[in-house]
Amino acid sequence: MTQPISRPKRKNPVLRTRQPVLPPWPRSRVALGLTAAAAEGRFALQVCAACAAVQYPPREACHVCLGDELPWRTQSGAGELISQTLLRHSHDIFFRERVPWRLGMVRLDAGPTVVVHLHGDVGAPPARVRVGARLDKAGMGVLVGFPDRDVPNMADDRQLREMTCDPKFRKVLITDGKTAVGQALARALIGAGADLVWVGHAEPWKKFPGLAELKELPQVSLVKLDVTDARSVKEAAGELGAKVDILVNNVEVHRAYGIAARYGTDVARAEMDVNYLGLLRLAQEFGPVMRARGADGQSSAVAWVNLLSIFALSNFPAHGTYSASKAAALSLAQCLRAEMRPAGLRVINVFPGPIEDEWNQLLPPPKLAPEALARAVVAALRDGVEDVYPGDVAQEWLARLRESPKVLERELAGG
Amino acid sequence: MSTRAGYAGVAVAVPVTVPYVRYSIRSAHWFIARALAALLAGAGLRKDEIDGVCVSGFLLFPDTAVGLMQHLGVSPRWLDHIPMGGASGVVALRRAARAVQAGDAEIIACVAGDTNHVDSFRHTIASFSQFARDAVYPYGSGGPNASFAFLTDYYMRTTGAQRADFGKLCVAQRANALSFPHALFKKPLSLAEYLDARPIAEPLHLFDCVMPCAGAEGFLVMSEARAQSLGLPFARVLATIERHNAFPDDPIQMRGGWALERDALYRQAGVGPKDMDLVELYDDYPVITAMQLEDLGFCEKGAAAAFIRANTFTVQGSLPLNTSGGQLSVGQAGAAGGYLGLVECLRQLTGRSLGAQVPRARHGLVSGFGMINYDRGLCSGAAVLAGAHA
Repeated sequence: MTQPISRPKRKNPVLRTRQPVLPPWPRSRVALGLTAAAAEGRFALQVCAACAAVQYPPREACHVCLGDELPWRTQSGAGELISQTLLRHSHDIFFRERVPWRLGMVRLDAGPTVVVHLHGDVGAPPARVRVGARLDKAGMGVLVGFPDRDVPNMADDRQLREMTCDPKFRKVLITDGKTAVGQALARALIGAGADLVWVGHAEPWKKFPGLAELKELPQVSLVKLDVTDARSVKEAAGELGAKVDILVNNVEVHRAYGIAARYGTDVARAEMDVNYLGLLRLAQEFGPVMRARGADGQSSAVAWVNLLSIFALSNFPAHGTYSASKAAALSLAQCLRAEMRPAGLRVINVFPGPIEDEWNQLLPPPKLAPEALARAVVAALRDGVEDVYPGDVAQEWLARLRESPKVLERELAGG
Repeated sequence: MSTRAGYAGVAVAVPVTVPYVRYSIRSAHWFIARALAALLAGAGLRKDEIDGVCVSGFLLFPDTAVGLMQHLGVSPRWLDHIPMGGASGVVALRRAARAVQAGDAEIIACVAGDTNHVDSFRHTIASFSQFARDAVYPYGSGGPNASFAFLTDYYMRTTGAQRADFGKLCVAQRANALSFPHALFKKPLSLAEYLDARPIAEPLHLFDCVMPCAGAEGFLVMSEARAQSLGLPFARVLATIERHNAFPDDPIQMRGGWALERDALYRQAGVGPKDMDLVELYDDYPVITAMQLEDLGFCEKGAAAAFIRANTFTVQGSLPLNTSGGQLSVGQAGAAGGYLGLVECLRQLTGRSLGAQVPRARHGLVSGFGMINYDRGLCSGAAVLAGAHA
């Protein structure tokens, strides 16, 4: 059974910080379908539209009927471990630093035999397993063989922790503690085992609802952080940057209306200044130092979470300028993801539907409770996914978007 | 089933080896050039008397066989390039024998060679195939050690084979290698040393794993009449088989294409497993040797361990096996590993062994096994050869 990990010792600043290296990332284009599903936390395989054969490794044609319509379909992952090995030697630097490394060969009930990273709690073959897809340190989809049933401390498995961003014993910065979402995030992350949580507030001289409760949490420290002020961001990064393992950027300005209903650019400029330029300022100051700590032991720097909006994917005219600022932030977050990847840091984009807050007052339910959003962020970190669409509204928009972006645009224009 | 034509009139001659080295700063082209030069010298031929060439080499890239012809100044009227790794030797023999029979070429040089730079093996396995790159290498990057560890783990569990059974093969092959001048492993190996070796990819330990190196092998295929006029000792081809991607629905590899083609092989050869005076099985890992003993009819499926316990495998043994030491003791020079057994078999059958000679060797079986593409080796081949006086 997996031994629970323990709180890391204080870092000796004299010792060299190990430089991040990545597992092999080259893949054929067709194989990236596995990565695309894993980025959302799904294990999907190619299933032939013509003959229903399930296949792996990914191919350009059905290995049974040669059909070329091969949609990726979510799999249960149930199967039997038929063989295993414990690697003591590897040709790759990433694995060489991490051997012994356990691997398995699993015969999926759906048909194919798959090579998997094998969780330590899976028994010797033959054994029932669940295969799931995860993103590895390189951000590429890989398969993992899990025990058939959940066991204690599963997330602490040494190999699995290389693929997830589990908050346990990690230090977190939440950029805005003033909102209900920020406070829910702090509580959820502490509940998930975060060691320290720094919570930003732009105007420390002001009191805000929930401040007293936040201060009572022993893991929480409040820090001054105004993302519209380059100097403030630089100072915060100078003080905390080298300690932050997970940065959750939840600060946002959200106002209603589109173009005609509010004349001028002041509100739109404020939204961009926080939602877009705020992310850019944070990324420029915290990004480099977090990248340097991508392989800093058991509790390395591991993730950057952006609170975006489902409106980032298609403009919601009733909140038109806000949607535009979130779309800008999404685009920048993709750039950040590309720049963080060489260090093995995951950029997680969260696309909630309307949150239960003041600025969504006029939107009909269901609306996402801050606690539910915080739970979704913790789950995303634990599973190491890249894109999260929490709540029923977000899920429905996503389904509509995937079916037809143009149809969704017309529907949204209709109000 | 159709009856395949035999190989009457075809001679296989001039077994050559370019001495193996662990690492080389030369390229694959150099090793293949040396093998070709050795073939010409061994046969007393000019370069323009070779009118067919068959080439195998993993590290010829960006060249192919045709670029190599300009590189070496050869103008063949028949040219083949066989990228089948460990099955290259048997497959090259099949292709060349038919070409000679048909008159498409008169003298065909079959050569395989590769270099081994300090970093080249890693590059080879990282981009070995699309499936390897997509679905194997990102999983620990263990290379073939990991793939064969899976097969070995499964084989041992389902058949009851023990490490000592594999060890017996490795120890016997090392004994054979001690008299073979080109073997890179010169020290005797005891079963205790085999069992105590450090783990590499459990259940595989150090002496289960073939060692990559540089080198080349080659032989000539021509008509018997031509061989006789050149005064070359030769072997005849009694039968050959190949089969690729056999048993794709097996969840894990427990058998190769030999199991499908074995009956055809022995029927064509007119001799069976019991008639073999020596056997050269493809041996990058001993589990594959065990599998071939079964698939090629030396024992029942799953019974190789008992067969190994009941036999001895040195040149003097009850079944002389991998008489030059096999790849496990000679080294694996890339695609030349697929030629090693065939070239050694030619030497034994023509009575010109470089090491210990199997007395009165008349019939030899050579097998090939190549290309772990994803979870299994895809190419299987085998040939039955006979000495000229068999």
